[in-house]
Amino acid sequence: MDTLDQQLIDLLQDGIPVVERPFAPVAHRLGLTEEAVLERLSRLLAEGVLTRFGPLLDAAALGGAFTLAALSAPEADFDRIANLVNAHAEVAHNYRREHAFNMWFVIGCEQPSRIAEVIAEIERETGCPILDLPKVDEYFLGLHLTPRQPAPA
Amino acid sequence: MPGTMQSADARTAWTGAIDAVDRRLLVASQAGLPLVPRPYRELAASVGLPEEEVMRRLRHLLERRVIRRIAALPNHYALGYRANGMTVWDVADEAIAGLGALVGALPFVSHCYQRPRRLPHWPYNLFAMVHGATRDEVAEHVGRMAAILGSAARSGDVLYSSRILKKTGLRLQPE
Repeated sequence: MDTLDQQLIDLLQDGIPVVERPFAPVAHRLGLTEEAVLERLSRLLAEGVLTRFGPLLDAAALGGAFTLAALSAPEADFDRIANLVNAHAEVAHNYRREHAFNMWFVIGCEQPSRIAEVIAEIERETGCPILDLPKVDEYFLGLHLTPRQPAPA
Repeated sequence: MPGTMQSADARTAWTGAIDAVDRRLLVASQAGLPLVPRPYRELAASVGLPEEEVMRRLRHLLERRVIRRIAALPNHYALGYRANGMTVWDVADEAIAGLGALVGALPFVSHCYQRPRRLPHWPYNLFAMVHGATRDEVAEHVGRMAAILGSAARSGDVLYSSRILKKTGLRLQPE
Protein backbone atom coordinates (compact mmCIF):
# COMPACT_ATOMS: atom_id res chain seq x y z
CA MET A 1 0.00 0.00 0.00
CA ASP A 2 1.66 3.26 -1.09
CA THR A 3 0.64 6.88 -0.51
CA LEU A 4 -1.65 6.90 -3.55
CA ASP A 5 -3.40 3.78 -2.25
CA GLN A 6 -3.95 5.49 1.09
CA GLN A 7 -5.39 8.57 -0.59
CA LEU A 8 -7.57 6.38 -2.79
CA ILE A 9 -8.87 4.47 0.23
CA ASP A 10 -9.69 7.77 1.93
CA LEU A 11 -11.58 9.14 -1.08
CA LEU A 12 -13.40 5.93 -1.95
CA GLN A 13 -14.85 5.62 1.55
CA ASP A 14 -16.78 8.82 0.93
CA GLY A 15 -18.37 7.32 -2.15
CA ILE A 16 -18.64 7.80 -5.89
CA PRO A 17 -21.40 9.70 -7.69
CA VAL A 18 -24.09 8.26 -9.95
CA VAL A 19 -22.76 9.60 -13.24
CA GLU A 20 -21.65 7.82 -16.40
CA ARG A 21 -17.97 7.85 -15.44
CA PRO A 22 -17.96 7.91 -11.64
CA PHE A 23 -14.24 7.20 -11.22
CA ALA A 24 -13.18 10.23 -13.26
CA PRO A 25 -13.36 12.73 -10.35
CA VAL A 26 -11.25 10.51 -8.08
CA ALA A 27 -8.76 9.86 -10.87
CA HIS A 28 -8.49 13.58 -11.51
CA ARG A 29 -7.93 14.30 -7.78
CA LEU A 30 -5.08 11.80 -7.64
CA GLY A 31 -3.52 12.56 -11.02
CA LEU A 32 -4.20 9.03 -12.27
CA THR A 33 -6.08 7.59 -15.22
CA GLU A 34 -9.42 5.90 -14.52
CA GLU A 35 -7.81 2.60 -15.54
CA ALA A 36 -5.08 3.07 -12.95
CA VAL A 37 -7.67 3.84 -10.26
CA LEU A 38 -9.61 0.70 -11.19
CA GLU A 39 -6.43 -1.42 -11.14
CA ARG A 40 -5.57 -0.17 -7.67
CA LEU A 41 -9.14 -0.68 -6.46
CA SER A 42 -9.16 -4.27 -7.80
CA ARG A 43 -5.85 -4.99 -6.09
CA LEU A 44 -6.97 -3.52 -2.76
CA LEU A 45 -10.09 -5.68 -2.90
CA ALA A 46 -8.12 -8.79 -3.86
CA GLU A 47 -5.69 -8.15 -1.00
CA GLY A 48 -8.54 -7.70 1.46
CA VAL A 49 -7.54 -4.14 2.38
CA LEU A 50 -11.03 -3.19 1.25
CA THR A 51 -13.74 -5.72 1.97
CA ARG A 52 -16.32 -4.48 -0.52
CA PHE A 53 -16.98 -1.75 -3.07
CA GLY A 54 -20.55 -0.94 -4.06
CA PRO A 55 -23.89 0.27 -2.73
CA LEU A 56 -23.91 0.18 1.08
CA LEU A 57 -27.47 -0.59 2.15
CA ASP A 58 -29.27 0.85 5.15
CA ALA A 59 -31.24 -1.84 6.92
CA ALA A 60 -33.57 0.62 8.67
CA ALA A 61 -34.46 2.45 5.43
CA LEU A 62 -35.23 -0.89 3.80
CA GLY A 63 -37.72 -1.51 6.56
CA GLY A 64 -35.94 -4.65 7.60
CA ALA A 65 -35.53 -6.07 11.06
CA PHE A 66 -32.21 -6.81 12.63
CA THR A 67 -30.72 -7.63 15.96
CA LEU A 68 -27.37 -8.12 17.67
CA ALA A 69 -27.09 -11.59 19.14
CA ALA A 70 -24.50 -13.29 21.31
CA LEU A 71 -23.74 -16.71 22.69
CA SER A 72 -21.19 -18.40 24.88
CA ALA A 73 -19.46 -21.19 22.95
CA PRO A 74 -17.38 -23.77 24.81
CA GLU A 75 -13.77 -23.41 23.65
CA ALA A 76 -13.47 -26.96 22.33
CA ASP A 77 -16.58 -26.41 20.22
CA PHE A 78 -15.92 -22.86 19.06
CA ASP A 79 -15.20 -23.40 15.37
CA ARG A 80 -18.01 -25.89 14.89
CA ILE A 81 -20.50 -23.47 16.46
CA ALA A 82 -19.12 -20.55 14.41
CA ASN A 83 -19.68 -22.53 11.22
CA LEU A 84 -23.25 -23.35 12.23
CA VAL A 85 -23.99 -19.68 12.92
CA ASN A 86 -22.27 -18.47 9.72
CA ALA A 87 -24.23 -20.95 7.59
CA HIS A 88 -27.34 -18.82 8.05
CA ALA A 89 -27.71 -16.31 5.20
CA GLU A 90 -29.34 -13.86 7.62
CA VAL A 91 -26.14 -13.64 9.69
CA ALA A 92 -24.44 -10.57 8.23
CA HIS A 93 -21.44 -10.30 10.54
CA ASN A 94 -19.96 -12.59 13.18
CA TYR A 95 -17.08 -11.72 15.51
CA ARG A 96 -15.21 -13.51 18.24
CA ARG A 97 -14.89 -11.31 21.32
CA GLU A 98 -13.00 -11.75 24.56
CA HIS A 99 -15.69 -12.32 27.14
CA ALA A 100 -17.76 -15.18 28.50
CA PHE A 101 -20.14 -14.27 25.66
CA ASN A 102 -17.53 -14.93 22.99
CA MET A 103 -19.51 -14.97 19.75
CA TRP A 104 -21.32 -11.83 18.57
CA PHE A 105 -23.34 -11.71 15.37
CA VAL A 106 -25.81 -9.49 13.56
CA ILE A 107 -28.97 -11.08 12.18
CA GLY A 108 -30.71 -9.09 9.42
CA CYS A 109 -34.07 -10.11 7.93
CA GLU A 110 -36.64 -8.45 5.75
CA GLN A 111 -39.46 -10.04 7.72
CA PRO A 112 -39.44 -9.23 11.45
CA SER A 113 -40.93 -12.62 12.34
CA ARG A 114 -37.94 -14.31 10.75
CA ILE A 115 -35.54 -12.98 13.40
CA ALA A 116 -37.10 -15.09 16.15
CA GLU A 117 -37.10 -18.11 13.81
CA VAL A 118 -33.39 -17.73 13.01
CA ILE A 119 -32.56 -17.37 16.70
CA ALA A 120 -34.58 -20.49 17.53
CA GLU A 121 -32.85 -22.43 14.72
CA ILE A 122 -29.39 -21.42 15.92
CA GLU A 123 -30.23 -22.32 19.50
CA ARG A 124 -31.44 -25.74 18.36
CA GLU A 125 -28.42 -26.38 16.14
CA THR A 126 -25.79 -25.22 18.62
CA GLY A 127 -27.36 -26.04 21.96
CA CYS A 128 -26.35 -22.53 23.13
CA PRO A 129 -28.83 -20.04 24.59
CA ILE A 130 -28.76 -16.77 22.65
CA LEU A 131 -28.76 -13.20 23.96
CA ASP A 132 -31.09 -11.22 21.69
CA LEU A 133 -30.19 -7.51 21.82
CA PRO A 134 -32.23 -5.44 19.33
CA LYS A 135 -31.51 -1.74 19.22
CA VAL A 136 -33.88 0.43 21.26
CA ASP A 137 -32.27 3.72 20.22
CA GLU A 138 -29.41 4.76 17.98
CA TYR A 139 -27.02 7.60 18.75
CA PHE A 140 -24.55 7.47 15.91
CA LEU A 141 -23.78 5.33 12.90
CA GLY A 142 -20.83 6.20 10.76
CA LEU A 143 -17.29 5.15 10.15
CA HIS A 144 -14.47 6.67 8.21
CA LEU A 145 -11.07 5.11 8.74
CA THR A 146 -7.93 7.00 7.84
CA PRO A 147 -5.07 4.57 7.24
CA ARG A 148 -2.92 4.62 10.38
CA GLN A 149 0.46 3.56 9.19
CA PRO A 150 2.34 2.91 6.00
CA ALA A 151 1.89 -0.74 5.10
CA PRO A 152 4.92 -2.97 4.82
CA ALA A 153 6.32 -3.06 1.26
CA MET B 1 -26.98 11.65 12.40
CA PRO B 2 -27.20 11.30 16.19
CA GLY B 3 -30.29 10.79 18.24
CA THR B 4 -32.76 9.26 15.81
CA MET B 5 -35.63 7.92 17.86
CA GLN B 6 -36.84 4.42 17.26
CA SER B 7 -39.92 2.76 18.68
CA ALA B 8 -39.35 0.50 21.65
CA ASP B 9 -39.71 -2.48 19.37
CA ALA B 10 -37.05 -1.83 16.76
CA ARG B 11 -38.30 -4.62 14.51
CA THR B 12 -40.18 -2.43 12.06
CA ALA B 13 -42.39 -4.14 9.57
CA TRP B 14 -41.48 -4.37 5.92
CA THR B 15 -42.74 -1.14 4.39
CA GLY B 16 -42.26 -1.86 0.72
CA ALA B 17 -39.56 0.78 0.49
CA ILE B 18 -38.32 -0.60 -2.82
CA ASP B 19 -40.09 -2.05 -5.85
CA ALA B 20 -39.27 -5.27 -7.68
CA VAL B 21 -36.98 -3.55 -10.20
CA ASP B 22 -35.04 -1.77 -7.43
CA ARG B 23 -34.65 -5.14 -5.75
CA ARG B 24 -33.19 -6.74 -8.89
CA LEU B 25 -30.74 -3.88 -9.14
CA LEU B 26 -29.65 -4.12 -5.52
CA VAL B 27 -29.32 -7.90 -5.59
CA ALA B 28 -27.20 -7.65 -8.75
CA SER B 29 -24.85 -5.06 -7.23
CA GLN B 30 -24.70 -5.84 -3.53
CA ALA B 31 -21.66 -8.13 -3.80
CA GLY B 32 -19.85 -5.33 -5.58
CA LEU B 33 -20.10 -2.81 -8.39
CA PRO B 34 -18.37 -3.80 -11.67
CA LEU B 35 -14.87 -2.30 -11.69
CA VAL B 36 -15.02 -0.66 -15.09
CA PRO B 37 -15.03 3.01 -16.16
CA ARG B 38 -18.81 2.90 -16.75
CA PRO B 39 -20.02 0.60 -13.96
CA TYR B 40 -23.68 1.63 -14.18
CA ARG B 41 -23.80 0.76 -17.87
CA GLU B 42 -22.42 -2.70 -17.13
CA LEU B 43 -24.81 -3.14 -14.19
CA ALA B 44 -27.70 -2.08 -16.44
CA ALA B 45 -26.69 -4.64 -19.08
CA SER B 46 -26.56 -7.40 -16.47
CA VAL B 47 -30.15 -6.73 -15.40
CA GLY B 48 -31.50 -5.88 -18.86
CA LEU B 49 -32.34 -2.24 -18.23
CA PRO B 50 -31.30 1.03 -19.88
CA GLU B 51 -28.29 2.70 -18.24
CA GLU B 52 -30.25 5.92 -17.72
CA GLU B 53 -32.99 4.12 -15.79
CA VAL B 54 -30.46 2.34 -13.58
CA MET B 55 -28.82 5.65 -12.77
CA ARG B 56 -32.15 7.34 -12.07
CA ARG B 57 -33.17 4.52 -9.70
CA LEU B 58 -29.83 4.54 -7.89
CA ARG B 59 -30.07 8.31 -7.36
CA HIS B 60 -33.56 7.88 -5.98
CA LEU B 61 -32.42 5.10 -3.64
CA LEU B 62 -29.62 7.37 -2.44
CA GLU B 63 -32.03 10.26 -1.82
CA ARG B 64 -34.23 8.00 0.25
CA ARG B 65 -31.13 6.66 2.05
CA VAL B 66 -31.91 3.06 1.16
CA ILE B 67 -28.37 3.22 -0.19
CA ARG B 68 -26.20 5.15 2.28
CA ARG B 69 -23.52 5.69 -0.35
CA ILE B 70 -21.76 3.83 -3.15
CA ALA B 71 -18.38 3.40 -1.58
CA ALA B 72 -15.55 1.23 -0.33
CA LEU B 73 -15.77 -0.60 2.98
CA PRO B 74 -12.37 -0.76 4.64
CA ASN B 75 -10.85 -3.70 6.45
CA HIS B 76 -10.04 -2.21 9.84
CA TYR B 77 -7.12 -4.50 10.52
CA ALA B 78 -5.48 -3.89 7.16
CA LEU B 79 -5.67 -0.13 7.74
CA GLY B 80 -3.88 -0.37 11.06
CA TYR B 81 -6.87 -0.39 13.38
CA ARG B 82 -5.90 -3.57 15.14
CA ALA B 83 -7.99 -2.97 18.25
CA ASN B 84 -11.76 -3.02 18.03
CA GLY B 85 -13.49 -2.68 21.34
CA MET B 86 -17.20 -2.99 21.92
CA THR B 87 -17.67 -0.90 25.05
CA VAL B 88 -20.77 -1.70 27.08
CA TRP B 89 -22.22 0.25 29.99
CA ASP B 90 -25.02 -0.09 32.50
CA VAL B 91 -26.42 3.45 32.36
CA ALA B 92 -29.29 4.69 34.50
CA ASP B 93 -32.47 4.60 32.43
CA GLU B 94 -33.37 8.23 33.06
CA ALA B 95 -29.95 9.43 31.87
CA ILE B 96 -29.28 7.24 28.86
CA ALA B 97 -30.86 9.33 26.10
CA GLY B 98 -28.75 12.40 26.82
CA LEU B 99 -25.57 10.51 27.63
CA GLY B 100 -25.98 8.19 24.66
CA ALA B 101 -26.06 11.18 22.34
CA LEU B 102 -22.90 12.61 23.95
CA VAL B 103 -21.03 9.33 23.68
CA GLY B 104 -22.23 8.76 20.12
CA ALA B 105 -20.81 12.11 19.08
CA LEU B 106 -17.26 11.24 20.20
CA PRO B 107 -14.91 11.08 17.20
CA PHE B 108 -13.56 7.62 18.02
CA VAL B 109 -17.01 6.05 18.38
CA SER B 110 -18.34 4.53 15.17
CA HIS B 111 -21.63 3.00 16.33
CA CYS B 112 -23.60 3.73 19.48
CA TYR B 113 -26.86 2.07 20.50
CA GLN B 114 -29.15 1.51 23.41
CA ARG B 115 -30.13 -2.14 23.74
CA PRO B 116 -32.12 -4.01 26.37
CA ARG B 117 -30.52 -5.49 29.47
CA ARG B 118 -30.81 -9.25 29.73
CA LEU B 119 -30.50 -9.91 33.43
CA PRO B 120 -28.94 -11.62 35.23
CA HIS B 121 -26.15 -12.39 32.74
CA TRP B 122 -26.09 -9.17 30.72
CA PRO B 123 -26.64 -5.93 32.68
CA TYR B 124 -25.50 -3.44 30.01
CA ASN B 125 -27.81 -1.17 28.00
CA LEU B 126 -25.40 1.20 26.17
CA PHE B 127 -23.12 -0.11 23.44
CA ALA B 128 -20.44 2.01 21.77
CA MET B 129 -17.93 0.65 19.25
CA VAL B 130 -14.44 2.09 19.45
CA HIS B 131 -11.59 1.51 16.97
CA GLY B 132 -7.94 2.22 17.59
CA ALA B 133 -4.49 1.25 16.44
CA THR B 134 -3.79 -0.53 19.73
CA ARG B 135 -5.70 -1.68 22.80
CA ASP B 136 -3.89 1.01 24.79
CA GLU B 137 -5.39 3.61 22.49
CA VAL B 138 -8.84 2.10 22.86
CA ALA B 139 -8.36 1.99 26.63
CA GLU B 140 -7.62 5.74 26.59
CA HIS B 141 -10.82 6.36 24.67
CA VAL B 142 -12.73 4.21 27.15
CA GLY B 143 -11.35 6.36 29.96
CA ARG B 144 -12.78 9.46 28.29
CA MET B 145 -16.15 7.77 27.91
CA ALA B 146 -16.18 6.73 31.57
CA ALA B 147 -15.46 10.33 32.56
CA ILE B 148 -18.39 11.54 30.48
CA LEU B 149 -20.76 8.92 31.86
CA GLY B 150 -19.68 9.49 35.46
CA SER B 151 -21.86 8.00 38.16
CA ALA B 152 -24.74 7.44 35.74
CA ALA B 153 -22.82 4.33 34.58
CA ARG B 154 -22.94 1.71 37.35
CA SER B 155 -20.59 -0.64 35.49
CA GLY B 156 -18.91 -1.11 32.14
CA ASP B 157 -16.70 -3.42 30.16
CA VAL B 158 -14.80 -3.58 26.86
CA LEU B 159 -15.15 -6.64 24.66
CA TYR B 160 -12.24 -6.73 22.21
CA SER B 161 -12.79 -8.56 18.95
CA SER B 162 -10.14 -11.17 18.35
CA ARG B 163 -11.35 -12.71 15.10
CA ILE B 164 -13.68 -11.86 12.23
CA LEU B 165 -15.76 -14.98 11.71
CA LYS B 166 -17.99 -13.64 8.94
CA LYS B 167 -18.37 -10.26 7.27
CA THR B 168 -20.66 -10.45 4.26
CA GLY B 169 -22.90 -7.59 5.33
CA LEU B 170 -26.63 -7.18 4.94
CA ARG B 171 -27.76 -9.07 1.84
CA LEU B 172 -31.08 -8.81 0.05
CA GLN B 173 -32.47 -12.11 -1.12
CA PRO B 174 -33.74 -12.30 -4.69
CA GLU B 175 -37.50 -12.79 -4.82
